[in-house]
Amino acid sequence: MSVVTNTTTIGAIDAPSRRNTELMLLGFAVAIPVFAYINVGLALDGELPAGVLGYGLGLGLLAGVAHLVVRRFARYADPLMLPLATLLNGLGLVLIWRLDQSPRLLARSDFAPQATNQLMYSALGIALFVGVLLVMKDHRVLQRFTYISMAVSIVLLLLPLVPGLGADVFGAKIWIRVGGFSIQPGEFAKIVIAVFFSGYLMVKRDALALASRRFMGLYLPRGRDLGPILTIWAMSLLILVFENDLGTSLLFFGMFVIMLYVATERTSWIVMGLLMSAGGAVVVSSFASHVQSRVAAWLDPFGCLETAPEASNMLNACDQMTQVLMSFGAGGTLGTGWGQGNSDLIAFAANSDFIFATVGEELGLAGVMAFLLLYGLIIERGVRTALAARDPFGKLFAIGLSGAFALQVFVVAGGVMGLIPLTGMTMPFLAAGGSSVIANWALIGILIRISDTARRPAPSPAPSPDAEMTQVVRP
Amino acid sequence: MNKPLRRIAIFCGILVLALMIRDNWLQYVRADELNANKYNKRVEIERYAHERGNIIVDGKSITGSVETDDNYYKYKRTYTNGPMWAPVTGYASQVFGANQLEKLEDGILSGNSDQLFFDRTMAMFTGDKKKGGNAVTTLSGKAQEAAYKGLGDKKGAVAAIDPKTGKILALASTPSYDPSSFAGRLEKDGKAWTALTNDPDKPMLNRALRETYPPGSTFKVLTAAAALEYGAVKDINDPTETPEPYILPGTRTPMVNHASGCENATLNRAMEVSCNSVFAKLGDDVSRDKMVEMAEKFGFNNTEIDTPIRAAASVYDKKMSRDGNAQSSIGQFNTAATPLQMAMVTAAIANDGRLMKPYMVDKLVSPDLDVIQQNDPEEMSRPISAENAQLLQQMMENVVENGTGGNAAIDGVKVGGKTGTAQHGENNSKNPYAWFISYAKTDNGSPVAVAVVVEDSNARRDDISGGGLAAPIAKAVMQAVLGDRQ
Repeated sequence: MSVVTNTTTIGAIDAPSRRNTELMLLGFAVAIPVFAYINVGLALDGELPAGVLGYGLGLGLLAGVAHLVVRRFARYADPLMLPLATLLNGLGLVLIWRLDQSPRLLARSDFAPQATNQLMYSALGIALFVGVLLVMKDHRVLQRFTYISMAVSIVLLLLPLVPGLGADVFGAKIWIRVGGFSIQPGEFAKIVIAVFFSGYLMVKRDALALASRRFMGLYLPRGRDLGPILTIWAMSLLILVFENDLGTSLLFFGMFVIMLYVATERTSWIVMGLLMSAGGAVVVSSFASHVQSRVAAWLDPFGCLETAPEASNMLNACDQMTQVLMSFGAGGTLGTGWGQGNSDLIAFAANSDFIFATVGEELGLAGVMAFLLLYGLIIERGVRTALAARDPFGKLFAIGLSGAFALQVFVVAGGVMGLIPLTGMTMPFLAAGGSSVIANWALIGILIRISDTARRPAPSPAPSPDAEMTQVVRP
Repeated sequence: MNKPLRRIAIFCGILVLALMIRDNWLQYVRADELNANKYNKRVEIERYAHERGNIIVDGKSITGSVETDDNYYKYKRTYTNGPMWAPVTGYASQVFGANQLEKLEDGILSGNSDQLFFDRTMAMFTGDKKKGGNAVTTLSGKAQEAAYKGLGDKKGAVAAIDPKTGKILALASTPSYDPSSFAGRLEKDGKAWTALTNDPDKPMLNRALRETYPPGSTFKVLTAAAALEYGAVKDINDPTETPEPYILPGTRTPMVNHASGCENATLNRAMEVSCNSVFAKLGDDVSRDKMVEMAEKFGFNNTEIDTPIRAAASVYDKKMSRDGNAQSSIGQFNTAATPLQMAMVTAAIANDGRLMKPYMVDKLVSPDLDVIQQNDPEEMSRPISAENAQLLQQMMENVVENGTGGNAAIDGVKVGGKTGTAQHGENNSKNPYAWFISYAKTDNGSPVAVAVVVEDSNARRDDISGGGLAAPIAKAVMQAVLGDRQ
């Protein structure tokens, strides 16, 4: 029975390519940001913005190229991911362009218009997306680079700590500066480390899953198998302590736990992961002032505004948080409309870390829900790709990337909405910043490649070699 | 591997769901609370994001809005003749908030009022910028100017009312302040504000409405009204059987007269020369409770006189002793009245006994000048009969023709008035307040009643008297109104 249902989930036989669906959705994904762009221009200047043609053509062209490449080189790919990413990227560009025109932000010395750069980075991102699809004909080739990936990801993560290369931005050391460009290596490390985890876990999953002792209802792994999880945990803590980056460490550790759980099917890993995160968080927050400020700003931002010492980091963190919360509040149910909010009162990082507050204020509850649904759709299409993938490496890789994407959305949106303490990460596709948009386009490219492989009709439908077959004979 | 994958899918769904629930809580449940937060600058930003409506006098704006380079507040409030109009307009400051008409009519002026919903909706479709409506006042520019110039650099206040309607014609208070000086949010605005709030002369106090003074002898018209109304005096030309000296009931203290010929004087004569003894006795004859009743009919002890700017309550003590009542009947002891209150008393007499509710906003108009709200004259009470009112008018006109109020006489017009000099301070050590209340009357009835108080003058104590200092100001205000009407 389950074999049959499984086959339909994979959709292996005579699956329609769905490329025309994708094209139609892409039409919407380009048209909606163009209307948003016009809306901003009308609200701010009362006339049609001069750049609308260029913007529309630019976004249309990028989407068109991406679509043609998918049509030619990944025919059976998931039809939703490209339109969703295009829509988010397009709306992100409009949000950035809208904040570029805020006189309050322009008057600040630490602010520079970002829209042109962001368009360029989006083009680079889509170029990388195209590159992924052209070069990587099958995601399984990445298996070969398992241990190289580990080395690369560690180097990437440690780069910001190299003196002369790393840059300290508002306490977080997650940036490097190369020839006038700021790069956030963590965004790329996210993908590279997923390659390592997938390759490593695919090989070790049986050892990790089966060789364990039972203790208080939990299957505890053997000491020597505990090695990798402890290593990753320690590395997360190191990132947290030395780079002051709560978000990235949470992201890597969370991603690892998710992939470990999927690979071994052992709930005990989740329990251990949660315990270790909690332990790490307690230890770090007890002596890292940066984290303490964020926690104070999270617990009671308005109260902390009155009690925090003057001119302290904590006061800054609380002030930011209150501005962000009031920005969401000002949006209400339907928002003020594009270009008519005051989210620029957030001032610092209004167009990067806090860009979601502009969504909240100008598009309101309705708009935020829509954005969350878009993100949710990308995540669930990624998970579905993992379900449909036929090889364990592809499954692990897809769930790692989608899980990381989900955690990132949760950590950033939850942070700005005050659900969890704020961390210094960026909203995928929305926030200004080249590294983020380029890395996320690559991520979408890889997911599209995996989904293409998964949905591609097999020459002869061979029975799936994985665990599903054995389930039939279970009582 | 698919079972854990499905669980992860659910887990990711829960993450997104948690975000959605949180967002609903933030943007729906907590929105109002966040919008009302004191740290939220949006209310002020919105208030000054577009041109504010104006306050209109005689068809001309006495306020304005000027566009600034400021990134937070686009428009700044300006005032024409700010110090002269400050008791009417109040201020609207980007940092220090707003008061008086600027605050009370903020809904219309800022364009946020529900009454302007239709205009806002229309503007949304036509693409017009949001604009505020105007508040058209009842004030008279000429009367206000006469009052303000008349007060000059003296400390004092003037309130003038149209007795037939209750329209406030002039409302001046000195020393005054310029609300433009702290309308913005620059450093100089802050300095101006600090200087004004620390000034011992209290320039930001609206003396015409918000300060109460002992009314002194001007209160005698109210005592006379009570005496006539409650039958203590049958004929204004009958002797009042007042001994000289008159001893305050229950004490050994004689009531001192500053005038001669008060023994057994008629009410008319007592009014003319302002006999303390006669009115103290009449107040006692009428009794405290009846005096309270009459004072309250004229508006005393009323904490809700909204013009719409709320006036301070004038006081006639309900629980004082007999001798206190006798002293209160000549406007001393703990009797206290705002200039507006004394103008109301005068207006009620001039309007043949009908007290009209004083008001200063004639109508509110939309940005397209459609009338949104029209305020009509409203009767507040009828403290005295028309006959008695006319008797009082006769006596007050006699005061101007033959008595202490000669300085207020105007050729060709009947003017009735009453002077007052109220003592205050420990043992009357401080300079007295000079009062004058009066009305002018033409064949068409009375167009103006005015009350003037001059506080703490630099002149010598002996020279201060209502007739000398305050009457010329009242005369100028009455002439300004009469000139307007012709």
